[in-house]
Amino acid sequence: MAYSEKLLDHFKNPRNVGTLDKNSDNVGTGLVGAPECGDVMRLQIEVDPITQKITQAKFKTFGCGSAIASSSLATEWLKGKTVDEALAIDNMAIVEELALPPVKIHCSVLAEDAIKGAIKDYQTKHGVQTAESIAATTH
Amino acid sequence: MGQRLIYLDNNATTPTDPRVVDAMIPYFYDNPGNAASRNHPFGWKAEGAVDVARKQIADLINVDEREIIFTSGATESDNLAIKGVFEMYQRKGNHIITVKTEHKAVLDACAKVQKMGGQVTYLDVDRQGRIRLEELEAAITDKTVLVSVMWANNETGVIQDMKAIGDICAKHGVLFMSDATQAVGKIPVDPKAMGVHLMAFTSHKMYGPKGVGALFVNRKNPRVKVTSQMDGGGHERGMRSGTLNVPGIVGFGKAAEIAKAEMAEDAARLSKLRDKLQHELTSILEESYVNGDQAHRMPHVTNISFKHVEGEGLMMTFNQNIAVSSGSACTSASLEPSYVLVALGLGDDLAHSSLRFSLGRFTTEEDIDETIAKVAEGVNHMRELSPIWEMYKEGIDIDAIEWSEH
Repeated sequence: MAYSEKLLDHFKNPRNVGTLDKNSDNVGTGLVGAPECGDVMRLQIEVDPITQKITQAKFKTFGCGSAIASSSLATEWLKGKTVDEALAIDNMAIVEELALPPVKIHCSVLAEDAIKGAIKDYQTKHGVQTAESIAATTH
Repeated sequence: MGQRLIYLDNNATTPTDPRVVDAMIPYFYDNPGNAASRNHPFGWKAEGAVDVARKQIADLINVDEREIIFTSGATESDNLAIKGVFEMYQRKGNHIITVKTEHKAVLDACAKVQKMGGQVTYLDVDRQGRIRLEELEAAITDKTVLVSVMWANNETGVIQDMKAIGDICAKHGVLFMSDATQAVGKIPVDPKAMGVHLMAFTSHKMYGPKGVGALFVNRKNPRVKVTSQMDGGGHERGMRSGTLNVPGIVGFGKAAEIAKAEMAEDAARLSKLRDKLQHELTSILEESYVNGDQAHRMPHVTNISFKHVEGEGLMMTFNQNIAVSSGSACTSASLEPSYVLVALGLGDDLAHSSLRFSLGRFTTEEDIDETIAKVAEGVNHMRELSPIWEMYKEGIDIDAIEWSEH
């Protein structure tokens, strides 16, 4: 199948590849997927605790071209956003931007899960009640 | 792109040899007849051309030309052999034995047989991709009518011990069928000497045109019959109706003649190139593994796994100009890696990470050198990006991580 120029560009020149110190208080790490499914995505954010803005985002992904491009794009979008704005990123926006074919939509879902996972990890470190933990205490 | 294209996917299909195309052309314009037209020169010429081709193909595999049934390809031949034997020999039994690493054409034909009330045993293979002979023998019952084992595997190139399997089948009086699609025209294939009674193969894997294949059906000791799966004018001794694809068959015949003459030379040259490719890649790249039995393998094939690199993504690093095949099928619901590699016992770290390189008559040393460089670059790029490669290098036990099933 033919891929979009944007997808190929993110695949060949991936943005923000790398690793942040997962033990740092200001870093949140999301690790999603599984090796047996052929996709593992690790996305990390560094948050300024005062402004709540994401100052740095890094990723590493094991997977197909669409998975790599989706995570590369996600890191670009994350930088400069507040945590709340980042939580609003929807996988369908990634699908649209990269023109992912239907069989590759799961790659964008994985990227959204990785973003949410990274934010959750950051919030847990800071004692912020996540939506999940609030739900857990009210039940 | 302006880049030179390199084709190392000859197990998918081979380019048609120009000499084959030249032989076919007259049968489109000058001799357009139907080989079944018995009453005019157009028909006679077509029939004569088919007779020549049938002889060329029979000679390649050392059988009688009356034992060649033309079909549309190996998939049809597999279907005709399996379903045709099942229907023809129903009074004798309803049990078929095959192998987990067979081509889908065999596996799905067997699944259909099961729906029709048949019993099918699927044999495992060992780590090298070969069946265990004692398991085959133990699986044979008094209801067994057919054993179907492919000659050479399409993904790994692994060749089964055909003679030993043939001996077991003969000992128990069971028919032996083989999908020899990947072997015929590339290595010497002599079904009678191996005790094979039915054999499927095709033109387009041996530098002939697509859309034409054959089924060898043994005529004597035993005389084998199959129930036709395509009904009509009773062509091909009643086993396969339908107007013969005369230009295709002529091309198939020419391809067989060339293969017989040049096979040994091609195989010697290609195995050297294949060995170079395999040796260089596994030397340059740590944690790379060759899949399947290297002592019993097609001369032009190698299947290599690069640990913690996903095959489809890896291919994307160079597939603008190099064509290979990946054992990973990362599409929609099917996130499963190649069932052939899984049957060999490969773990998740390697099964998703394989590339199949299949060389061919038109492969050059320059192609191989460029492929080595581009694949090595691609693997390194993908490992830079791979979180599990990073964990592996840090000594983290990846199996101990609790992964979120996606």
